[in-house]
Amino acid sequence: MTNQNETDEKINASGGSKGSKNFEHFYRSLFASTFLISAFTVGGGFVIIPLLRAKYVDEYGWLTDEETLNLVAIAQSMPGAVAINAAVLMGFRMRGLPGALTAMVATVLPPLITISLITLAYAAFADNPIIQFILKGMQCGATALIINVAIDLIRKQIKKRLVLPLMIILATFIANFALGISIMYLILIDGIIGLLLMRDEIYS
Amino acid sequence: MIYLLLFFEFAKISIVCVGGGYASMPLMEASVVDAHHWLSLSEFIDIFTISQMTPGPIGINAATFAGMKIAGPLGAVCATMGFVTPSVLLSLIVAKIFFKYGDIGPVQGILNGLRPAVVALIVSAGLGFVFLALWNTEHRPENFLAFDKSHAIILALAIIATAKKISVIKVLLGSGALGLIFGIMGL
Repeated sequence: MTNQNETDEKINASGGSKGSKNFEHFYRSLFASTFLISAFTVGGGFVIIPLLRAKYVDEYGWLTDEETLNLVAIAQSMPGAVAINAAVLMGFRMRGLPGALTAMVATVLPPLITISLITLAYAAFADNPIIQFILKGMQCGATALIINVAIDLIRKQIKKRLVLPLMIILATFIANFALGISIMYLILIDGIIGLLLMRDEIYS
Repeated sequence: MIYLLLFFEFAKISIVCVGGGYASMPLMEASVVDAHHWLSLSEFIDIFTISQMTPGPIGINAATFAGMKIAGPLGAVCATMGFVTPSVLLSLIVAKIFFKYGDIGPVQGILNGLRPAVVALIVSAGLGFVFLALWNTEHRPENFLAFDKSHAIILALAIIATAKKISVIKVLLGSGALGLIFGIMGL
């Protein structure tokens, strides 16, 4: 927790007098900056993280560069949405649980509101034939994105020249696509294989 | 109770999707489309498309869309919180362990095993998308030669455009425009 105290000092040093006003100011700035970044960033975690870093580290000095890098590395290797994991970890590092909660709500709210409104519009317009033509065209575009992502991921795995991951890819694909085995079982089996055989640094 | 079900279903999806936005897709499809029939595959791909053009992680967007459609605003909040909670808790725990011991070997091992699995699942889901785009079926088409030619043209152009690093939004808007033109021409 020494780090948190350091951060407190940093904030107090930059904000002048100590006291509750300062804390209020911190949470308001944290919420506002995170909310705005989340609201206007299209393109997921790898776009949003550098922006958060620029705000927290460069502009406000709430975190050091090195601890941010560590936190981002952890966020990226964890399941779930990378941007949210990263924001929460940074919030936690700055102010413990209240900081984590503030960062979480600020990152989740913008997409929650945007998509809720879009869902209402979608329900109203999806049956319109013009909209259907456009959506069908866009489905083809989205399919192209997935194909490219898939090719890219496979190419990266092949480049690593490791036998075990390639075998997992092949076996999991056959089991899921050709044999129709449930994804949850496959995830469980592959997780156990990873736990037993793939702890080495080369696999990460 | 639908709200709890939404929360736990998306919690389940969240905890097993390692490797960024696209990784959550196959799992979400298996749950939301195949197991619970909350959405059709076509609606699911529409969410995915919309997610590419709006702010926010695809997992959150899909959870919000599905929750909203099934159970209104409260459903959206429950599904989204379900998607966020487990991964955030796990991240916090692992970060604690990391800053205390500097070693997260076992967790890393599990995730190393899941990463290639997710690659396979994305390929598998991608083929499902292709079936829907070209043959209008969610399963393997019966007659591979009877595909939709105008959609094949859009798909081919979009693949070339993405490979040339043209931005995602431009690719999607272009595909939508072509879909509209072909549709009006009755192709």
